[in-house]
Amino acid sequence: MAELADAVLRVVLVIAAFLLLPLLVGQTEHKVMAHMQSRVGPMYAGAFHGWAQLVADGVKFVQKEAVVPADADRSVFRLAPAVALLPYLVALLAIPLGPGIVGQDFDIGLFFVLAVMGVGVIGTLMGGWSSANKFSLLGGIRVAAQLVAYELPFVLAAASVAMAAGTLSLSGIVEAWNPWWLLWQLPGAVVFFVAGLAELQRPPFDMPVADAEIVFGPFTEYGGLRFALFILAEYAGIVVLSALTAVLFLGGWHGPFPDTLGWLWTLLKTGAVAFVVIWVRVAYPRLREDQLQRLAWQGLVPVALLQLVVTAVGAVMLR
Amino acid sequence: MSLPGSGLLRGLAVTWRNLTRRAVTAQYPDALPELPPRSRGVIALIEEKCTSCMLCARECPAWCIYIDSHKDVIPATTEGGRERSRNVLDRFAIDYSLCMYCSICVEVCPFDALHWSPEFEYAELDIRDLTHEKDRLRDWMWTVPAPTALDERADDAKEITTARKAAERASRSEGEGR
Repeated sequence: MAELADAVLRVVLVIAAFLLLPLLVGQTEHKVMAHMQSRVGPMYAGAFHGWAQLVADGVKFVQKEAVVPADADRSVFRLAPAVALLPYLVALLAIPLGPGIVGQDFDIGLFFVLAVMGVGVIGTLMGGWSSANKFSLLGGIRVAAQLVAYELPFVLAAASVAMAAGTLSLSGIVEAWNPWWLLWQLPGAVVFFVAGLAELQRPPFDMPVADAEIVFGPFTEYGGLRFALFILAEYAGIVVLSALTAVLFLGGWHGPFPDTLGWLWTLLKTGAVAFVVIWVRVAYPRLREDQLQRLAWQGLVPVALLQLVVTAVGAVMLR
Repeated sequence: MSLPGSGLLRGLAVTWRNLTRRAVTAQYPDALPELPPRSRGVIALIEEKCTSCMLCARECPAWCIYIDSHKDVIPATTEGGRERSRNVLDRFAIDYSLCMYCSICVEVCPFDALHWSPEFEYAELDIRDLTHEKDRLRDWMWTVPAPTALDERADDAKEITTARKAAERASRSEGEGR
């Protein structure tokens, strides 16, 4: 009985985090991006600096009609937003917040999270394919190309940390973490972060939804609640990527009083990485499709391979 | 030759600097803008000063000023005197859907009947309501600010110089006469 209550509590907490954190990131993006562009962003919703803007947006999306194009592959079209969103919920389940504070601690947590994150992209691809719209299809193909290009450096960089820690368990990796890893794993961290951005199709890697070229890519035909789910998936992706970067490369709950305040350090590090995600979006223009591929294959993959070599040498010397 | 990647860092620096500074947004409906004293918001008319000379209407590049007037005969005040005629303004209207705010009418008016007011909140739902008739133009006059004070060391206003010269001339001729 106690075991069941414990499991229910964990699941409820993870779902609460899954519903709350993406909205927090979204609101932060509204305000931070506005101020970085010398604007003030939403000011009216909720009466105080527009704190309820995303709630208002959600209410608006719910009210809208759910239109399915006549030629669309209806079942795939309807399923796509869920496929895009749910993997991030599942991934969040495996990310440790503090020592022992984790939805479900897998032995192969890193492997699990990476595999699940790849599935999220499939949802976007499904949406692009089933919309029966050439812009959606182009966007979907771009998503696929991006996934193929960036999954490799993403996994290689993550593998480097796993090698350094000697375990695939996310909690195990955090426990093995040392401050000097910040230097040792720095190239891997950069590759992981950049490749993660590209996998989430976040600017400057947002060619799949490049509105000036292909309307809104795979989401062109979507409206109302399904569209909102796709957007929510993007922000849930930011949360998962930031949390993963914090856990793998920034030492998760390491900080003063890790046993009592560990969750706070993990959340702060996650927030800092999410801030950088927003910052990068404001600072840089969108890459071109060929530049994107060149960056992946000629930039990130070699660096990730080099990082693997450095990690291997370091790991052997330390043993 | 700069370091590769320095441009990326500069991009981050620029956005960070903006983040630390106050936003330039004007909270318009909540806070009214501070307009410079000679803002061209809307043109006000002092009807009493207008002689319907039509200069403004003719100079207007957008042809947005409508003036109707008729001649009124004033009977002679003395026996056998001559009757005088006077222009009476029947209609003076400015169509702000055409006006291009060039200020030529205000400049050209020889009797200072037209003035700029900084008021700008006169949007309408019907374009025909943008034609302001003369009573509405007269009402705008209440919003015209007083002319800005001259600079401390500027020349005196033309009227004052003229008046002073006239006074000097008068006192001189008085002295000669004695």
